[in-house]
Amino acid sequence: MTIEAQESRRAALLVAPALIWTAAFFILPFGAMIWLSLSSMQGRAIMPGPDFGNYIRIFTDPSLRQGLWNSLQITLAVTVISVVLAWPLAWIIAMRVPARWQRLALLLAVLPFWTSYVVRSYAWLLVLGQNGVLNKALTGLGLAAAPLEIVATRGATLGGFVHFFVMLLTLTIYANLIQLSSNYARAAADLGAGTFATFRHVILPLTLPGVMTGAFLTFVLCIGDYITPQILGGNNELTLPQLIMLQLGRRGDFPMASALSILLMAVVTLAYAACARWLRMERL
Amino acid sequence: MTAKAPLRLALTSALALATGLPAAAQELNALIWCDHADPALLEPFEAAHGVKVNVKEYEGTAAGLAILDQSQPGDWDVMVIDGVDVGRAVDLGLLAPLPADQLPTADFFPALVMPENNSRDGVTYAVTEKFGYNTIAYDKSKVDPADMADMAMLTSGKYDGRIAIYDYYLPVLGLVGLSQGVATADLGAEALAGLKDPLMKLKAASKLVGDVVSSQTALATGEVDVLVGGGEWLTAVLAAENPNLDWTIPAQGGLRWSQSIAVLAGSTQPDLALEFVKYITGPEGQARLATSSCYWGMPANAKAGDVLTPEQKAVLRWDEQPDFIARSQLYPVPDAALDTAMQDLWTEMLQN
Repeated sequence: MTIEAQESRRAALLVAPALIWTAAFFILPFGAMIWLSLSSMQGRAIMPGPDFGNYIRIFTDPSLRQGLWNSLQITLAVTVISVVLAWPLAWIIAMRVPARWQRLALLLAVLPFWTSYVVRSYAWLLVLGQNGVLNKALTGLGLAAAPLEIVATRGATLGGFVHFFVMLLTLTIYANLIQLSSNYARAAADLGAGTFATFRHVILPLTLPGVMTGAFLTFVLCIGDYITPQILGGNNELTLPQLIMLQLGRRGDFPMASALSILLMAVVTLAYAACARWLRMERL
Repeated sequence: MTAKAPLRLALTSALALATGLPAAAQELNALIWCDHADPALLEPFEAAHGVKVNVKEYEGTAAGLAILDQSQPGDWDVMVIDGVDVGRAVDLGLLAPLPADQLPTADFFPALVMPENNSRDGVTYAVTEKFGYNTIAYDKSKVDPADMADMAMLTSGKYDGRIAIYDYYLPVLGLVGLSQGVATADLGAEALAGLKDPLMKLKAASKLVGDVVSSQTALATGEVDVLVGGGEWLTAVLAAENPNLDWTIPAQGGLRWSQSIAVLAGSTQPDLALEFVKYITGPEGQARLATSSCYWGMPANAKAGDVLTPEQKAVLRWDEQPDFIARSQLYPVPDAALDTAMQDLWTEMLQN
């Protein structure tokens, strides 16, 4: 056996565990889910396909189509709002908070991660409810004549999501900002750039990898969550994950649940492709 | 001592410990509703029989049947099932016959024996264990209790934005049907089409649609004042904290839910499964099940009244049951096509 052949065989052996792992725990289950999504229910029996009826129904049934639309609207709004709020917060922590306090500031930033989605959502109910802290404060201070209707609205869902994802994005943007040399800003100033021009043409572009990484994580986690819309949104509009849970938990319709899950994965894959293209990740 | 001595000592100790322990405990696998997951209910049975009861919660008969479909025969020993769906499970050959003479049905409230649900051709396949009502629950300090006696008041505009709907299509569609004069037994495809407008009108007057926890929280925190589909199963656990929470059966009627317990046909330990059924339907098991931490409900066995405290019986409105039973109807029993149509309508309501 030549040396090249030996090295090739060694490389294959080294890669094999990862390939087997990926095949066993991703490719095979994914294939099974695709197969199931192309099946159909007849009574309680799953009839093998290929049958594209589930996919056709997703785009023709107004309730299912609206679920996809709701998910996209909520996720995009949460991602944009979270980025807009997180960037200045990360900048303040990285640039304005003294180094010895930064660790504490970051600790405070990640505090929401210490509780579960469910606990956090129910905690928000106590803040935003008719008799919640916010309404008590507003009516107590005379800023509102009557308690505001916040719970069981899309606004409450967005608020619950944004609270969580601002913290996530703050971390990824902070990690980017802290690595920036102050020489960039000095060089820009030497070349005559004002504060805004330095931000617009130097600082912001350099933090885009952190922004896009955080935005992608926000997108993925937000579009897959069914708990927050259910608890804070009052179940008044259904998102894709809620529809998947309905198929599984109530209808026992595994083929439709699989088709909706494949659609969800397709949306996430598209978001990833857009992110990768934006960051030109193929060059990294 | 050699280098291997500590290892040998550890192995010997482990072996001695292992042989000193009792044999691996027998396990009973139960497909249940959340009230059966209460350790206070399971522990006396586990201690008495030296077994471990493994439970899996499910919601809705379709989901329960789907779990059985995905399982091997023998994976599950007992199943809690909606009283009106026992017949479906019998048709599918899922349930094992029960020895009627060993069940305490003679001590049951007569209307809750329900042989029309639990038996087929004289053979008993399940036994009722708990019942209650899906009707109108409310905070009597916030609404006029007289209004709650008429379902039409809910969509009159007076309570707009103060109503929650319990997120379970069968009882709420049944209630909406009753409000339109459709008895649950007559709720077919044609009648269902007529319920769309009143259901959407109810949704428009409502603030949220919630599962057990969400609707309970909404009522308890004052987010809403009325819960359509609520009843003692939802207000009872909150009675101590908020005595203003109440419920009534309106003039149009309410729905009576009942749950049954059965032994599965493929069980590999039918005797132990039967013992579990007998425990659950006996006075002590019934009292514990009635006051389960997940939700309360009336025990089918009237002798549970000897075990329940006067306070617990007052919360359950023990003495008023004859009137409540007379004024309530059983859940609709849809076939597969009607069930799908009902769920489609329900999804449309949620999405609007």
